Amino acid sequence: MASRIDQDQVKHVAGLAKLELKDNQVDYFTKQLDDIIGLFETLDEVKTDNIEPTSSVSDQLNVMREDVADNWGQRGALLANAPESENGYIKVPAIIDESEDE
Amino acid sequence: MNYFGKDLATLHDDLLNKKITVVDLVQQTFDNIDKTDPKIGAFLALNKEAALKKAAEIDAAGVDADNVLSGIPLAIKDNIVTKGLTTTAASKMLENFKPIYDATVVEKLAALGTVNVGKTNMDEFAMGGSTENSAFKITKNAWDQDRVPGGSSGGSAAAVASGQVIAALGSDTGGSIRQPAAFNGIVGMKPTYGRISRWGLIAFASSLDEIGPMTRTVKDNATLLSALAGHDGHDLTSSTQEVPDFAAELNDTTSVKGMKIGLPTEFLGEGVDEGVKAAILAAADKYRELGATVEEVSLPHNKYGVAAYYIIASSEASSNLQRFDGIRYGYRADDVTNLEDVYVKSRSEGFGDEVKRRIMLGTFSLSAGFYDAYFKKAAQVRTLIIDDFKAVLKDHDFIMGPVTPTTAFKIGDEISDPMTMYMNDILTIPVNLAGLPGLSLPAGQVAGLPVGMQLIGRPFDESTLYKAGYVFEQATDYHNQTPSLGGQA
Repeated sequence: MASRIDQDQVKHVAGLAKLELKDNQVDYFTKQLDDIIGLFETLDEVKTDNIEPTSSVSDQLNVMREDVADNWGQRGALLANAPESENGYIKVPAIIDESEDE
Repeated sequence: MNYFGKDLATLHDDLLNKKITVVDLVQQTFDNIDKTDPKIGAFLALNKEAALKKAAEIDAAGVDADNVLSGIPLAIKDNIVTKGLTTTAASKMLENFKPIYDATVVEKLAALGTVNVGKTNMDEFAMGGSTENSAFKITKNAWDQDRVPGGSSGGSAAAVASGQVIAALGSDTGGSIRQPAAFNGIVGMKPTYGRISRWGLIAFASSLDEIGPMTRTVKDNATLLSALAGHDGHDLTSSTQEVPDFAAELNDTTSVKGMKIGLPTEFLGEGVDEGVKAAILAAADKYRELGATVEEVSLPHNKYGVAAYYIIASSEASSNLQRFDGIRYGYRADDVTNLEDVYVKSRSEGFGDEVKRRIMLGTFSLSAGFYDAYFKKAAQVRTLIIDDFKAVLKDHDFIMGPVTPTTAFKIGDEISDPMTMYMNDILTIPVNLAGLPGLSLPAGQVAGLPVGMQLIGRPFDESTLYKAGYVFEQATDYHNQTPSLGGQA
């Protein structure tokens, strides 16, 4: 059977999801994802012309609430969960990679 | 002490009559967990200090005579956030994560005076059916420690089944309460979508996720559902439907008389173990004996449920799990010098393989050029699955069948084969897709391993499922069977 997803596509999808696969994982994930996408394609047997898609089964519609700000006053506890922080801010590495300016 | 042979009512009496104090009950619960958990591995974290402190407060104030949950120790699945108590969802990504608030269900239980003894193991981010996808430990089946407890709420199920706690919270996206309940011979309810607030449940697939109780008996389960259910301003999908006192309705052991039960042909088809099938057919005969009519019905799109589910759930997961980026909380990779690397390396090192598989499947299903063929198609098939249930439940009070095609499998047997693992959920997944309530309860054993029966009802009609479950439980002895763990006092 023709493969449904190849290694390049798997690497592309991983990139979209901000994941990086090691070389030895690409082969393994490609085989597994190909099998599973094969399962997805069994849905082709089902006639769905004019069938509305379902995205939610909630019985609640348009729930409204007052637009009130709620300050939880937990900046310290929130920052304690951040991997790195300084002076009350979350710290991250530089956003612009200067090596790309060359 | 263990909780074999006990229920909330008897424990409540013991507490009220001062046969035992809340502090002693909590202390003895921890003593038993310390003794048995090296064998079972149900817990990721114990909440000893805070639990004993709360127990002492309840003792000082007095156990509430009108509230059967007052002073009762419970366990909580580790994807439900607990303020100040590490909540990991069994992922390296959240290994050191301390929530700054309590989930609504945790808040409700605390207000009723229950005592949180700890957080239970699970498949990472609730993705899996064996608890083998935990980043931290393997949990064992209470009945056979070479076998999986099921998943993803495997820790909660094993904790209840091994007598460590009388009840625990689980969550169910495709069977994660019902399947481990079945594998461990206990009672598990996945309520109607929206019945219980998901505020504070770490999101996996938001249109499918539902919290629910796992207990030894149907009545205890019903008591807990009433305590957990109700509308919550923090979760706008939580329902404003009235919440009955489900347990109070359970006093009639003949209430299935005249009921019409549907038994789907597809639930006893290919791949369903003969022993499991026999147990369910015997249960059907039991219901007939009790005055109900059981007739064969059909859910023709059931077999497409697994495919539709893995597209929809993975798509929602790929979106929900974008928040784990190594910036505000959670794991951040070392030695990263630019922002892109923070994202990519933190996610690649922080997530396990099953989570990566689901994120990639979801990203693929939603990506340009594939959306119509996969995501939209699955959402349409979901509609057909809902219509199948509607047609049957129009003139049947509920549907019965097995929870799983087999009893618990061996640790290591299926973990390297995701497709086989996914197919285990074929009988539970359609219920999530349709948002219906599903109750799992013990219905016998095959070769010393529990078999679970699943009862599926109309939206917000958990009452009928509890009544039917209670009647079956009272007419059988399966819920009184307990595993022998050795060394337990």
